[in-house]
Amino acid sequence: MSVQHDEAQDLETTSGPPSTSRRGGPSAESHSRGWRGLGWGFLVKLAIMAVINALGLLALISAFRVESWWIFGITLALLVIADIVYFTKKALPLKYLLPGLAFLFVFQIFVFGYTAYIAFTNYGTGHAGSMEQAVDAALIQGERRVEGSPTYPLSIVERLGGELGFAINDGGEVLVGTENEPLSSVDVPAASGAPSDVPGWTVVDRGRLLSDQELQAAVVDLRVPVSEDPNDGAIRTRDGSSGAVYTSTLVWDEEAQTITDTVSGTVYAPNDRGSFVAEDGSSLPTGWYVNVGFDNFLAIFTDPALAEALLIVTIWTFAFALLSVVLPFALGLLFALVFNDPRIRARKFLRVLFILPYAFPAFLSALLFRGMFNAEFGVINDLFFFGADINWLGDPWLARGAVLFVNVWLSFPYWFLVCTGALQSLPSDTLEAADIDGAGKFRRFRSIILPLLLVSTAPLAIASFAVGFNNFTVIYIFNDGGPVIPGAPYRLGSTDLLITAIFDIAGISGGVANYGLASALSILVFIVIGLIAAIVFRQTRRLENF
Amino acid sequence: MTETRAATVRETAGAGGSRPPHDRTSARRRRWWLEVGWKYFFAAGIIFYAAFPLVYILSASLNPRGSLAASNAIFSAVSVENYLALGDTYFWAWYGNTLLIGSIAAVGAVIIGAAGAYAFSRFRFSGRRASLSGLLIIQMFPQTLAFVAILLMLLAIGEVIPALGINSKIALIALYLAGALGANTFLMYGFFNTVPIEIDESAKIDGATHAQIFWRLIMPLVTPILAVVALLAFIAAFGDYVLAKIVLVSEENWTLAVGMYQWVSDQLTSRWGLFTAGAVLAAIPVLVLFLSLQRYIVGGLTAGAVKG
Repeated sequence: MSVQHDEAQDLETTSGPPSTSRRGGPSAESHSRGWRGLGWGFLVKLAIMAVINALGLLALISAFRVESWWIFGITLALLVIADIVYFTKKALPLKYLLPGLAFLFVFQIFVFGYTAYIAFTNYGTGHAGSMEQAVDAALIQGERRVEGSPTYPLSIVERLGGELGFAINDGGEVLVGTENEPLSSVDVPAASGAPSDVPGWTVVDRGRLLSDQELQAAVVDLRVPVSEDPNDGAIRTRDGSSGAVYTSTLVWDEEAQTITDTVSGTVYAPNDRGSFVAEDGSSLPTGWYVNVGFDNFLAIFTDPALAEALLIVTIWTFAFALLSVVLPFALGLLFALVFNDPRIRARKFLRVLFILPYAFPAFLSALLFRGMFNAEFGVINDLFFFGADINWLGDPWLARGAVLFVNVWLSFPYWFLVCTGALQSLPSDTLEAADIDGAGKFRRFRSIILPLLLVSTAPLAIASFAVGFNNFTVIYIFNDGGPVIPGAPYRLGSTDLLITAIFDIAGISGGVANYGLASALSILVFIVIGLIAAIVFRQTRRLENF
Repeated sequence: MTETRAATVRETAGAGGSRPPHDRTSARRRRWWLEVGWKYFFAAGIIFYAAFPLVYILSASLNPRGSLAASNAIFSAVSVENYLALGDTYFWAWYGNTLLIGSIAAVGAVIIGAAGAYAFSRFRFSGRRASLSGLLIIQMFPQTLAFVAILLMLLAIGEVIPALGINSKIALIALYLAGALGANTFLMYGFFNTVPIEIDESAKIDGATHAQIFWRLIMPLVTPILAVVALLAFIAAFGDYVLAKIVLVSEENWTLAVGMYQWVSDQLTSRWGLFTAGAVLAAIPVLVLFLSLQRYIVGGLTAGAVKG
């Protein structure tokens, strides 16, 4: 970005190409213009920038408080760039490009980079946080009530924003804490019993506690640490009116970086895979994520069950992408050829009827066909197959056929429109010349129409291939990518494309999540698309004269 | 059809008439059937193929029994029960969310795309060709492929700014706007180039600033392409499932795609009536917009947009 910036500045100072003269004449004139510009436009800009700066500062403060340095840095950079771009006279094109570029960088390019980073970790179920979080989680899971520990009178308190906490009466001293803040003393003299008045907090009414199910669940789950040291345990309550100290049977030794089970005496030590493992090989359920190098990429090719299922998915992905270009293209071209005939009346009206599937939202069509292809009650078996019980969605090959049928229905209107447009722009003199030379209909089509048509539609066909390659909506919504491939890990199915397979492996629809593996697969798909993009780019470069 | 035939008859009558016109008329009629007439039957077949699912969904939505099996007899019963039953669900909340998210994403995409296209079309800055090529390449990579990273990033952002984290509509709109520059700039760029540069120059001589030229002169002149881009962006947001599913967690925040998938993915038979009625209502705005703007969209399509 800074490169553009500097170069734009160069353009302003040097006389350069003739186009620069368009942007303004001598600097004295633009100066006076700047004053005239101080009207409504300037005020609107000032107001918008004020809001953006205010929001940005809030975000910066917030990021600073939770020590999220990545977000802090990116927000700061964006804010500084925005202020420079909009409050100086330089970098004029950037004034127009910056909003789009900001979204593009944060929500697309950064996300691509982040995907690459995750691909080299074992991020996922059981490895979802830092080591510190894993220790906390392990100690919480091993928590038991301390034998013979005292019970404290307790009341539930609430702070602005709905954050819950406990206030206990520890022999006349009132202590308050929350999930994230250990107990600390508030200087109010306490009578006997549960604290009834805590400064800065609202004491939750007992009636509300009894009637509000969600609140009860939150209170039972709430644990307020006694002190900063996780080994000291935490206050928990069962009834909402008295609390007791619970400590973990596991003890975290920060020096040795080990967790010891005080009941069995087992010592768990961290390994380089992000888990706490004992000498006998058993491990604690919660781990943290670590860099695992190329393991995820290797697993794709070497883990037999996974590799086999992924091979089926990959072959089908290519087949689907290819067929979902070729079949609708052929059908659309046929319709376009037949109806590109001036002798037919009401062609415009017919065209509207033909493109109805295209105007119907695709996700609704996919859901609709999901019901229509239902083996037991679906209208397709009922009306067109005389009530036969064809298991369209349960058989791998029938399901593949069905999903192709749906996709052809969805996209033939697109190709019909594109081919009609292309046919109408064919040079008529060439066709006439062929006519005079005595070429038949088929010969004309094969030797003249089709080659010329392919020249103009090839880039669209390649783009359409890329879309089919990643057609998440139709595949996932129509049949969840099913039927399931037997023996495959992660619910992979026979009509799954790579993109829906990644969704299943990432565990977003439920089940075990393996973000690392899912991201590694994403990277491989990115590479495939990169190759397609290179082809498209080569194809279209000569068409663009920018 | 009959009109054409009548025209043929008239033509033959005028052409001569020394021969008995009967023969020639029947020959012409046969030729008409061979060359043109059959196409109407072909068209009827295509229309059946294209429209049957849509007629079926309309009939099923009007069927008060509301189950998949009962809906197969087309238009056997007509009632608006299913439509009324939608009021007891979150349907209208989802409808509102979808329209809101789609509209804001569409307006945002238009502004971002138009500003980008204006910059590329009117300013000659170095790095211009490279950034145009860069946009062309980036727009090939679907954002949905990075959904794992999107999920984790939103979880992290949510800790800092809850309004932009998981379950936030603003976050979803921001995700949609990420592709706005890449996807739309090319479509608009070509159109902006057709507006003569002399308009800008004369305005500049009259003392207009570049912002005034953009908002007051160029934008009104390129309204058709703005409408097309808005519609395409709206339809894209309307039909998105995967990002909406990841971002929007609580039921009242869902969009139609997420909510209606939930209706029929598990309980296919029981909520079929509800789904079909909802689908008819959901499709109406898109259908109407699409069909009324289709002349412009065809131009946009051939320029490179593809339905996903």
